[in-house]
Amino acid sequence: MSKNILMMAILAMVFISGCATVQPYNYSALTKAAPHSILVLPPLNSSVEVDAPYTYLSTISQPLAEKGYYVFPVSVVDSFLKENGLPTPAEMNGITLDKIDEIIGADAVLYVHIEDWGQKYRALLSVAVVKGHIKLVSVKTGELLWDSVIQAEYSPNTNNSAGLIGSLVGAVVSQIAGEVVDNTPLAARLANDTAINSEKTGLLDGPYKRYKDGAKTSK
Amino acid sequence: MNNIKLYLYAAALLLSGCATTYTQYYWGDYESLIYQTYHSPNDVPPSVQIDKLNIDIEKAQTAGKPVPPGLYAHLGLMYAADGNKELAIAALTKEKELFPDSGKFIDGLIKRSSTYSQGIASE
Repeated sequence: MSKNILMMAILAMVFISGCATVQPYNYSALTKAAPHSILVLPPLNSSVEVDAPYTYLSTISQPLAEKGYYVFPVSVVDSFLKENGLPTPAEMNGITLDKIDEIIGADAVLYVHIEDWGQKYRALLSVAVVKGHIKLVSVKTGELLWDSVIQAEYSPNTNNSAGLIGSLVGAVVSQIAGEVVDNTPLAARLANDTAINSEKTGLLDGPYKRYKDGAKTSK
Repeated sequence: MNNIKLYLYAAALLLSGCATTYTQYYWGDYESLIYQTYHSPNDVPPSVQIDKLNIDIEKAQTAGKPVPPGLYAHLGLMYAADGNKELAIAALTKEKELFPDSGKFIDGLIKRSSTYSQGIASE
């Protein structure tokens, strides 16, 4: 029963992400720049959740690398910038592209802006919410190469009994559990997957993309 | 802590439902270590991270997959934090070997580490 609900939620999410594409993204700048490597700066944070930037940072290397790009080591870069006089993400986001080119040598920078983040309580359910925006900018020209909304909600399935009381109990349990288990990384991963891998608006494959058969392109 | 791992696995499963189960790199604990570095640093001192990353490197070999971008550089940072400069430089060099795109950044880190003995990026 409960697994079915989760399954339906997942299906709904997949369904929505599959259908919501209205217009294909204009990839001309991205195709022209054809970046090989991406520097992900620690996100700017407009949410009230102070942990949001670094939680997000722990979810973004995999989807970008699996898309075929070299992703600079997020934690190493963060330590490096901190030790060189930039203690906060806000200051790191202010580094000039020239400086990034000179010191890090990245082809593109992914700027992340987090607008909403954390555990919310909706319709008696505790839901991990992630909302924001990511944009990929060419280090050489400053041009916008690609951008996307990042948005997802993840609800741990704790409701095992039917009815209002059941769902109330479920909400309480998941609320308590939510304090121990942080579901925001899951929500962030869902958001990244939708943003990066959407068919018409996602990021294009990078030069290091390899499919299961070793091929560089699908089909 | 195990719960976090469990949820990450669940996430992996979830995501695999959306796209494909195939990943071209062996990810292991790399990203969960990044998470823990910021949220529960006392649980993952450099020595623990070094062990886990080295286990991942072995598992990747067994699985016949490359380690992901950044893993060796992160390992290098951990060796440096643990005071083992030689292994730090070896790991950083390995990152550059596997991923030449990291060259400029890695060279800078190594250069700084030889100029300043404390840490890899002190100034």
